[in-house]
Amino acid sequence: MARTLGRPEVGALVAAIAIFCFFYAIAPPFRTLPAIATVLYSSSTIGIVAVGVALLMIGGEFDLSAGVSVISAALAAAMITFQFSLNMWVGVIVSLVVALAIGFINGYLVMRTGIPSFLITLSTFFVLQGLNLGVTKLVTGTVATPNVSQLDGFGSAHAIFASDVNLGFATVKVTVLWWLLFVVVGTWLLLRTRTGNWITASGGNQASARAVGVPVPKVKIGLFMGVAFLAWFLGMHLLFNFNTVQSGLGVGNEFIYIIASVVGGALLTGGYGSAVGSALGAVIFGMTTQGIVYAGWDPNWFKTFLGVMLLMAVLVNLYVKNYAAGRK
Amino acid sequence: MTDTIAEHAAADLKKGASLVEMEGVGKAYGAIRALEGVNLRVNAGEVTCVLGDNGAGKSTLIKIISGLHPHSEGSLTVDGREVHFSSPREALDSGIATVYQDLAVVGLMEVWRNFFLGSEMRKGRYPMAPLDIKGMREIADRELQKMGIHVKDINQPIGTLSGGQRQCVAIARAVYFGARVLILDEPTAALGVKQSGVVLKYTAAARDAGLGVVFITHNPHHAYLVGDHFIILKLGRRVLDKKRSEVTLEELTAEMAGGQELAELSHELKR
Repeated sequence: MARTLGRPEVGALVAAIAIFCFFYAIAPPFRTLPAIATVLYSSSTIGIVAVGVALLMIGGEFDLSAGVSVISAALAAAMITFQFSLNMWVGVIVSLVVALAIGFINGYLVMRTGIPSFLITLSTFFVLQGLNLGVTKLVTGTVATPNVSQLDGFGSAHAIFASDVNLGFATVKVTVLWWLLFVVVGTWLLLRTRTGNWITASGGNQASARAVGVPVPKVKIGLFMGVAFLAWFLGMHLLFNFNTVQSGLGVGNEFIYIIASVVGGALLTGGYGSAVGSALGAVIFGMTTQGIVYAGWDPNWFKTFLGVMLLMAVLVNLYVKNYAAGRK
Repeated sequence: MTDTIAEHAAADLKKGASLVEMEGVGKAYGAIRALEGVNLRVNAGEVTCVLGDNGAGKSTLIKIISGLHPHSEGSLTVDGREVHFSSPREALDSGIATVYQDLAVVGLMEVWRNFFLGSEMRKGRYPMAPLDIKGMREIADRELQKMGIHVKDINQPIGTLSGGQRQCVAIARAVYFGARVLILDEPTAALGVKQSGVVLKYTAAARDAGLGVVFITHNPHHAYLVGDHFIILKLGRRVLDKKRSEVTLEELTAEMAGGQELAELSHELKR
């Protein structure tokens, strides 16, 4: 019992159930299956990257560039494919390489310089934001990429990244299934593998981890690249779902990923948290964005709600940490 | 408990055999010389105590032996081979394990995860092989029990243990993984009298099992209880280097307290 209560995601689970009951009670449209599917889709677009961000935070680092690198990946794929008249999959692969390179640079700079990742990735954030707008303008002359839906390979890419899947009782976006897979893989990685042990140790006490032979730089660079991979994945979804990408999007989402992770029990100081927690954080996000609409409220209140949730989550986490660290 | 340690200690350890030897070792951080011309021998079955005030160079000395920072002068020989460690992993692979005062364990991780951190047991050798969690729990529990460390639940975060217990888990871990040389960095500094006693008993047990122990402390009383050889550092230099038979506790205490400087100070402050 005590151990169950000690799990990082318990607070988020309680909050998610409470918020679900709340909207279920006050917003009748919220009770339908299509509405649930919409909530899950909305959650998945946050949750996919949040899994990586949660692991990164457990590893003791931040990534503020996660929001815009989603768009960078999508832009790269769209423009490379369109300008050189290639198969869509070439763009998909090249953009993956670009995304992983961004992740590697983030991680390498953090480990090499010892400068907090907050500052390094804040720089990457601005650099990418500028590049997204500037390069898109240079290449296309507008603020968006051309429509890619007529290109070779679009169909298969759309099927993988952005199709609708009929589960029998409801139709959901394929991202929901991918998201579940990433949460399962993330959880397994964290709790059942050596790598997971090293991630927790690197975030919990870097010097101690290093002293017992944990390759901390490799672990952390890997985590940054994991976030970059998931950002790329979401970027591909956006591209194939909407056929075109606006170059100015993504700004601010990095905080949503962090909030989802923290609401899910990740400590800002590292060493504690869970992938399932980040998923619950994302579900809370999805239920609230959609629930406010279904309830017929002014969506402007959403950000206020998010702020209150974050504060409450941090308070719960503080309590949990003190409980876990126990008597000294 | 001595038997348990002996069981895991490497079989080829002969009492008195030289394990680690430092000759004129020094280390400079930019313009600051943290350590200069230090000679040190660690023999199997002996405790070499390194004493010194804050800033005397004790930490630098450990960091060199344990592979955190390489030395910039002199030579470091392990088992007769000259080495230049560039990572803690290399030192560990040579059988040198270090237990740090404050960074021995990761507080929020479970006891068993801490015990196996960096040397996890896996059910396979491929990159993502799953951990053998059951096996690790059992071994950690058994080893700690055998060494008389009573942990309520092997799954509790190690931060919930007392400071002395955490040190003992860290020492037990080092011994279990076949350390030949054990470096203890101020193991008793943050502990009460009783807890210190427990840690000192482990230190003696490790020595009796044939391990070479480097005991770093600023408490001459603790050092004299277990030490065979004493070295005092001051401002990065060696000011005393004597065998147990050549020195008394009073001399050690006086030297640690400041020796000549203290005598002058007491003369000045005479009332």
